[in-house]
Amino acid sequence: MDSSPEIHLIVNGVPHTLPALPGEMLADLLRERLGLTGVKIGCNECECGACTVIVDGLPVLSCNYPSQRADGKSVLTIEGLAGLMKSQDGQPHLHPLQEAFVLHGAVQCGFCIPGQIMTAYGLLLQNDNPDSDAIRHALKDTLCRCAGYPTIERAIQAAALAMRTGQAVQAPSLPQSARPRNEVGRHHIRPEAVAKVTGDALYSDDITFPGLLHGRAKRAMHPHARLKRLDVEKARALPGVAAVLTAADIPGDHNHGLVIPDWPTLVGIGERIRYVGDSVALVAAETREIATAALELIEADYEDLPPITSAVQARQPETEAIHPNGNLLKHIKVRKGDMEAGFARAEVVLEHTFHTQITDHAFMEPECSVAHLSSDERMEIYVGSQIPYSDRAQVARALCWDEEKVRIVGMLIGGGFGGKEDITGQIHAALLCRATGRPVKVLYDRHESLLVHPKRHATQIRVKVGALRDGQLTAVETELYGDTGAYASLGEKVMTRATTHSSGPYEVEHVRADCYAMYTNNPPAGAFRGFGVLQSAFAVESIMDMLAAELKMDPVELRRRNALRVGSVTNTGQKLTESVGLLECIDKVDAEMRRLGGPEPFKPVSVPEAPHLLRVWGFAAAYKNTGLGGGAPDKAGAEVEVYPNGMAEVRTSSAELGQGLVTVLQLVAAEELGMPAEQVRVLLSDTDLTPDGGPTTASRQTYVTGNAARGAAKALCEAMTAYIAEKYDLPPDQIRFVEGLAQLPGGLKAIPVGQVAAEMSADGRPPRALFEYWAPATKPLGQGGDMHFAYSFAAQAAQIEVNTLTGEVKVLRMLAANDVGSAINPLGLQGQVEGGIMMGIGNALTEHFIVDNGRVVTDRLSRYRVPGIALTPEITSFIVEHPTAEGPFGAKGVGEVVLIPTSPAITNAIFNATGVRVDRLPVDQELILREMGRFA
Amino acid sequence: MNTWTHYHLAKTVDDALQALSSTQGETRLVSGGTDLLLDIQQGRMPAPELLVDLTGVEEMRCLELRGAELFIGAAVPLSRVAESPLVAEHARALTEAAGLIGGPQVRNVATLGGNVGHALPAADGTISLLAMGAQAEVAAPEGRRRVDLAALFAGPGQSNLDRRREVLVGFYLAARQPNEGSAFARVMRPQGVALPILNMGIWLRREGSRVVDVRVAVGPGGPRPHRSAAAETCLCAGEFTPERVELACKALLEDTRFRTSPQRATAAYRNHLSGVLMKDIIQRAWVRAAGQA
Repeated sequence: MDSSPEIHLIVNGVPHTLPALPGEMLADLLRERLGLTGVKIGCNECECGACTVIVDGLPVLSCNYPSQRADGKSVLTIEGLAGLMKSQDGQPHLHPLQEAFVLHGAVQCGFCIPGQIMTAYGLLLQNDNPDSDAIRHALKDTLCRCAGYPTIERAIQAAALAMRTGQAVQAPSLPQSARPRNEVGRHHIRPEAVAKVTGDALYSDDITFPGLLHGRAKRAMHPHARLKRLDVEKARALPGVAAVLTAADIPGDHNHGLVIPDWPTLVGIGERIRYVGDSVALVAAETREIATAALELIEADYEDLPPITSAVQARQPETEAIHPNGNLLKHIKVRKGDMEAGFARAEVVLEHTFHTQITDHAFMEPECSVAHLSSDERMEIYVGSQIPYSDRAQVARALCWDEEKVRIVGMLIGGGFGGKEDITGQIHAALLCRATGRPVKVLYDRHESLLVHPKRHATQIRVKVGALRDGQLTAVETELYGDTGAYASLGEKVMTRATTHSSGPYEVEHVRADCYAMYTNNPPAGAFRGFGVLQSAFAVESIMDMLAAELKMDPVELRRRNALRVGSVTNTGQKLTESVGLLECIDKVDAEMRRLGGPEPFKPVSVPEAPHLLRVWGFAAAYKNTGLGGGAPDKAGAEVEVYPNGMAEVRTSSAELGQGLVTVLQLVAAEELGMPAEQVRVLLSDTDLTPDGGPTTASRQTYVTGNAARGAAKALCEAMTAYIAEKYDLPPDQIRFVEGLAQLPGGLKAIPVGQVAAEMSADGRPPRALFEYWAPATKPLGQGGDMHFAYSFAAQAAQIEVNTLTGEVKVLRMLAANDVGSAINPLGLQGQVEGGIMMGIGNALTEHFIVDNGRVVTDRLSRYRVPGIALTPEITSFIVEHPTAEGPFGAKGVGEVVLIPTSPAITNAIFNATGVRVDRLPVDQELILREMGRFA
Repeated sequence: MNTWTHYHLAKTVDDALQALSSTQGETRLVSGGTDLLLDIQQGRMPAPELLVDLTGVEEMRCLELRGAELFIGAAVPLSRVAESPLVAEHARALTEAAGLIGGPQVRNVATLGGNVGHALPAADGTISLLAMGAQAEVAAPEGRRRVDLAALFAGPGQSNLDRRREVLVGFYLAARQPNEGSAFARVMRPQGVALPILNMGIWLRREGSRVVDVRVAVGPGGPRPHRSAAAETCLCAGEFTPERVELACKALLEDTRFRTSPQRATAAYRNHLSGVLMKDIIQRAWVRAAGQA
């Protein structure tokens, strides 16, 4: 019945004849049969564009293109693109698009990049000079969660120009640090970018082993229930199934968890199901299809229990407790001053309650773990994880093995944003591998990814502010309810951050904040870029504008009046002694906003040719801690080694999620070693080869791991200096390292560091240094003093357009200023700022993870709107540098503060346009229109 | 679970019909497959034994003027529909709708045949074709027939086509006269599913200051893609003035039942938007009918 038992197709210029396979999509053929793993699967449902390839000149989604349809056709993948550019020497060269993506910093985590480049290639085939509209049209549905859309657009235009003119691809002009050093603070391309634009970059799903089995988990799909019966015999009997495991088969600890081990790896018979994503059994089979079929054969009976669906409900006394210690994970308190006195002094008091939604990280690369037993019977797990050492500990505990018998090997990570901190498939893969003795891959499809991993906390925030007529805040009282879902994850930490930041980046004499972090039967909530502060900032920045309106005061002026500055005392009792650039951030954004929008930027203006469109600005400010804080020991280890070939290597287990850590560590080490950046490479995330860098979270990598790399580089310089001084009998203080050479005094010839390394090795003195950096100690909440060792500050203004006929809201422009201490890696910083703003826009306007009575409605990417290039406003970024003395070259964290003010800046603008105060995210265009009285 | 067992790349319509009759097992016709294959993969539809791929049938990839009619093959990719000067000249509503369906990569494979075959009440392609008064050509073993587009829809997601023995070959649209014009628009919700809250297509013929013939198609205005006879009658009942358009907006609500869809839109919001869209679309169609394209 098949047209042909064979498929004849040309891939990247090479003819192939392959047997037709039932149900096979082109992406599977390319990835699995031809090994072209540059074709990425982000959603497998035609939503993300990562799998885009060119078929007979047109970009198509290969994940949903039957491979038999490609019969007789010609296919081009990212791997073939460089091959198109063979020059006279016969070597493949990067295509101008690939080159431009690298140069312009359009490559971050890299997972979407093959799809971006192939989509752009399809565009350039039809249009050799695309303008912004053409690019936005063509790339509309090719999603980038790092959201480097502005740089993607610039890169495509630079490539198109190069192709039209035959000239080299032009590099971007980019704001650098105001105080650049030899390497730090200057424009450097990302070391791993080339592999990411050629398709050579390997993510976990791109690797395989001989005899690989495919593991899957049976999900309960009941939000709250008791598992009454489980029968896995039929699944076990299915041909091709290698193992079926239940809770009884776990040799070690049954629970995992980053802080509290309350999350069952598998729920056992008689035990409680706490959310739809709980697992009850695991299957390993020869193929993913067989594993999926086996899941269907597992019989499970549940006794359903009424689900707890909100944090407020969870705290009511009559609500059943779903954990032994009750539903209250933590009551978090901030106390400063005397609330009665504060409100008594106030001339104006306002109170309002706000709600924020659950959102999903929607990193483009779904979770994948591959477990493999090494020849010496150690468990190796290949995974893109934000906390490799925690993975190792948790896997070891589940297996009941020594930690030394487990090795986590970090693969490239296709985005994390906090969503790859908790264990996902790592333990499952290890259990199946141990049981079968064979390598096992546990890959989540997008559906499973959406169901299972922790989300952003839905939060209810009541804010009450008191102020004098002149705008001075006298008291701020907040009450938060955070929905941490079924398991603790990092819920306590997230909600602590939400609480301590809930009175905003302002100095207030009297503060009281209470937060109830509650367990519910919703999917767990944990770390997500912004870490609770996104939620409370929405509330406090909204009420700041409400207060400004009440006081008839300019909202920017109100913020200036109260802004934290050097010498201020925060609501947790911390005296800020340095590096508080908030006022400069506010001033920079304010000046630019008024330059563009005139003296009254908050007054709406209608578009002359379309009077139903109102344009106006909105403003917000924010701060965010760098590092763990709150008394947690915050340390990172790093090792630096110089090799006889003159290369240096920095090693630490911290994770590159796309944020640019590799470049930061490269530059910091190069600066300290006196070497060109190109001679420094970075190895991350391998528990056998790299020292523990701690969790990649809390905007802490540049500061904490950066300092570890710097310390190790410094120690190595000292060791090399001592060696040279000894060997050549020179005063150590006259030996300098410059441009990869040890410069010696007295007219002696400089020695290349590679030679120093060779000589040291030969003399039995390894040319490497290990350094463990301990960040300044912090105090737990409630004890006053320094709760955090640094804060970053930001201000943003949004210009929006509201359609007063439909309620639709569009963001036209964003202005952002971020005090980052000092800009170590300007290209990476630009990616963080632009990507953060896009994530903030998503949080305000498009993203809504819907759970209905404990059941996940948003279980496909088609139901979750990640902002695409078409929603990208014009973004202007100002770098503010108030150095922090202890940070590497003055730097502090930037990854999170960049998105915190975006949502309230937009909703404040909506109020300015319509008079409607959005107090619930995401913005509901229907509600705006209804409250404007446009319909009943 | 495989998405299909056998795959047949049909060369002609007859070849496709023959393939359909070759098995007693579950069969499905597929062109772009951007809805169908996902429905199968995600378990909303059983995996067929045989998929019959229509994308290689030349006749169904044809887009051309045939006498006084424009023919658009059911397997023409939407990107070609959206970019076709012929479609732009004769069926602007369809140009505007086709350019909004899916994303660019999806449009390079997705087809009008699939859009209509899926029989959703608010599919952009379907609503614009309905406004254009399209007829469908259907091939069956006993021969070919032409039917009004509206006759293909049984209910939400339910087509009257007999997919075991019939193939939707293509669509015929009357070539545009200078005094005719059409337009299409939709309103989306930025969150959630990629289905319009409301979409609308209008075709009209004007004479002097009057609309003398008009089709107003709107979705989701009922279980099937819906035309508002009340609005159409009202628009032809007198001079084309803002007041008449206002009346037509009210008339539309007489025979159109907008529903409340949880998490998407209330009926009241849709009622309001129908007026907003009507005013915008009819004005554009009116201007185009003056020969101003």
